[in-house]
Amino acid sequence: MNEPIVEFKNFGFQYNAQAEPTLYDINLKIHKGEKVLIAGPSGCGKSTLAHCINGLIPFSFRGESTGTVTIMGRETKDLSLFEISKTVGTVLQDSDSQFIGLTVAEDIAFALENDCVGEPEMHDRVQKAAQIVNIESHLLHAPSELSGGQKQRVSLAGVMVDDVDVLLFDEPLANLDPATGKSAIELIDEIHKETGAAVIIIEHRLEDVLHRDVDRIVLMKQGRIISDTSPDVLLSSDLLLENGIREPLYLTAIKYAGVKVTEEMLPHSIRSLKLSDDDRGSVVSWFRSTPPRVREENRPYLLRAKNITFSYSSGHRALTDVSVDVRKGELIAIVGTNGAGKSTFSKVVCGFEHEQEGEIEFTGCDWKNMSLKERADHVGYVMQNPNQMLSKPMIYDEVALGLRTRGLSEDEIRPRVEKTLKTCGLWPFRNWPVSALSFGQKKRVTIASILVLEPEMIILDEPTAGQDYRHYTEIMEFLRDLNSEGVTVVMITHDMHLMLEYAERSVVFTDGAVIADDTSAGILTDPDIIKRANLKETSLYDLAVMCGIEEPREFVQRFIDYEREVFRS
Amino acid sequence: MRNIFNYIDRPSPVHRLTGATKFICLLLWSFAAMSTYDTRLLVLLTVLSFVLFYISKIRLRDVSFLLSFMAVFMILNNILIFLFSPQHGVTLYGTCHELFSLGGRYVVTKEQLFYHLNLVLKYFATIPIVLLFVCTTNPSEFAASLNRVGVRYTIAYSVALALRYIPDIQKSYHEISQAQQARGIEMSKKQNLVKRLKSASTILIPLILSSMDRIDVISNAMELRGFGKGKKRTWYMARPFKAADIAAMAVCALLLGASITLNVINGGRFWNPFV
Repeated sequence: MNEPIVEFKNFGFQYNAQAEPTLYDINLKIHKGEKVLIAGPSGCGKSTLAHCINGLIPFSFRGESTGTVTIMGRETKDLSLFEISKTVGTVLQDSDSQFIGLTVAEDIAFALENDCVGEPEMHDRVQKAAQIVNIESHLLHAPSELSGGQKQRVSLAGVMVDDVDVLLFDEPLANLDPATGKSAIELIDEIHKETGAAVIIIEHRLEDVLHRDVDRIVLMKQGRIISDTSPDVLLSSDLLLENGIREPLYLTAIKYAGVKVTEEMLPHSIRSLKLSDDDRGSVVSWFRSTPPRVREENRPYLLRAKNITFSYSSGHRALTDVSVDVRKGELIAIVGTNGAGKSTFSKVVCGFEHEQEGEIEFTGCDWKNMSLKERADHVGYVMQNPNQMLSKPMIYDEVALGLRTRGLSEDEIRPRVEKTLKTCGLWPFRNWPVSALSFGQKKRVTIASILVLEPEMIILDEPTAGQDYRHYTEIMEFLRDLNSEGVTVVMITHDMHLMLEYAERSVVFTDGAVIADDTSAGILTDPDIIKRANLKETSLYDLAVMCGIEEPREFVQRFIDYEREVFRS
Repeated sequence: MRNIFNYIDRPSPVHRLTGATKFICLLLWSFAAMSTYDTRLLVLLTVLSFVLFYISKIRLRDVSFLLSFMAVFMILNNILIFLFSPQHGVTLYGTCHELFSLGGRYVVTKEQLFYHLNLVLKYFATIPIVLLFVCTTNPSEFAASLNRVGVRYTIAYSVALALRYIPDIQKSYHEISQAQQARGIEMSKKQNLVKRLKSASTILIPLILSSMDRIDVISNAMELRGFGKGKKRTWYMARPFKAADIAAMAVCALLLGASITLNVINGGRFWNPFV
């Protein structure tokens, strides 16, 4: 075996601002040309580990460390951040906010410019890096003209101009729609094979990363590495479930069917998975024996948007003849790629923008002349980033804000705020400052600050963006509870798990029009819709086909219903 | 929502000059126009600036907003000078040719009108050049040009980045304000000042906090790619000076030279035709 490129020896780290160490006793070797996935729940220390590899620790974040981290045999603390960046190229999570240059070419050239590379050589190397990631036809485009996937390609090219030996990806899938995420994983794989650089991917979406092979999965929990092994070994253990990482859906399904997953079955991908005839039989009989859930009667309409057409003042047509109905008490998802019109639609409903054609009815009343503020008493809107909504230092005041602006007396406000805080599980924190909360808790505060106005319906923009499985489940179960108490919930998302597991029904937007309105299981098993909306077929579908089940759509539906029951009990 | 630079890409000789040339020319030209009240030179500069504006293929309607803003400013400036110091011209030129009286101390003199003429000429001599710089300099070249005239690249880049983020910040301001209005925060002008300030804080605080997050990410991203490593850096968009660039700078330097020479000949900033 060749020398490791990155090596941790008995390494521990504690941030100056924190009372407890974030990393304990890390021993890890990454060799040249390896492809390693580092997984673990939020707060397990995987981002800190990444910072130690790319040099942000110890050079940008201060703290106490024990043990050693070496890169190419030299300790990182004896190098400089810049020397490390010649060996380790980092692609950060949010490719939008790390876009530095004003155009694609400049962004790719950024590291070269800082290195005083002369112009002819620079143009040459930028061109080459752009070709590898297939963005060379967009060299003079501005970031605003690129899609999320293209921006990520640019970030990747930006670190590849330097011929790095290690490529480090920090949650590469976080901001991408399912289809783009899939091609990102394919691209990473191609680059890995072409350049021979070691690839380290930090991500908690295991199934999506495993779309292409990885050599090892390092699993972390509470600052320690608890497993470092091949995907097949890890997936045939129970470590993932025990540690709050979602296992691939097809494995959950065969486990429900009573099949034991072993290393020999090559469980790391649905394509490699080997099922014996017996295993297949078990899956089929599980399917047959799981009763279809009884659907509820149609409830009355809450919101009816009819033939909405809307163009921005720039002339850009954002919605064309969009009709969406939402019934009382539903929990639905609005899906589609960035720019497909899903956010614009919710803005029109909330009255932030005004439709040019069509009409909106709410509980049978025409909403044409309702102001933004009047609509807000019925429909609440929760933004994606809680930091864009929180404006008061104390939680209580933040939640009370909407009531105070409506001129209620403090005596009326107090019981309503307290009730909402209890509903949202924020009662223990009622006297805390907002700044002391985690991201997920902040999200709850923003939801609470909307719920306190007692709207019949809330619209949430990407409610689980950037959340790991545990927080995701926490937020979604909370929304489901609210829903069962009668609040109608509409979620804008491109997370397929979310739509599959929580939304009864999904409305699919593409290019400003609704192209499908069906059960989520129906949509995620329809190849045509999947393709047009940049979604991805669910592996459950492949599993059903593999087991010779003729109604894959029904199989997916029953899986979801079954899982819901399991979760409930 | 427009970028502050409002770069308009059209093929013209002015566009072909490098950003650094345009920046240096802008500085030289403005000094030339500022340092003298010699009508002859100001007329020359005005004529030249109009010609350049024509050559650059920038149309008046492209810059109508900035132009009307500056026009208002110019008129205000003139009115205020006349209101506060109606005999300024007389003091400057030492003679007094009265034309007519507007009552009280407001007597219109030839000298005062001549002073205002020069002032207006200064505006006409510089505004087209400023607009040209704004409209024909590729924003990508801006930081590079600042760097070329001696500003440290870390500072030049920060300025360019800040300008670039203005449209983004405008966008998130808009989004935040919509979401906060839905919670019942009034932004209308009907409210009294204290209430409006309070409302503004419910938008500004989230805006600042979310912008800080972004600054954090971008500064990490920049450091990871070697920003700040050396004393110098190169620029992808930098272009070498060509003959036209040298010529343009030479002409502007000559104009500044002429302006300084005239100051010496006139024995001050003012050319006095009254004696």
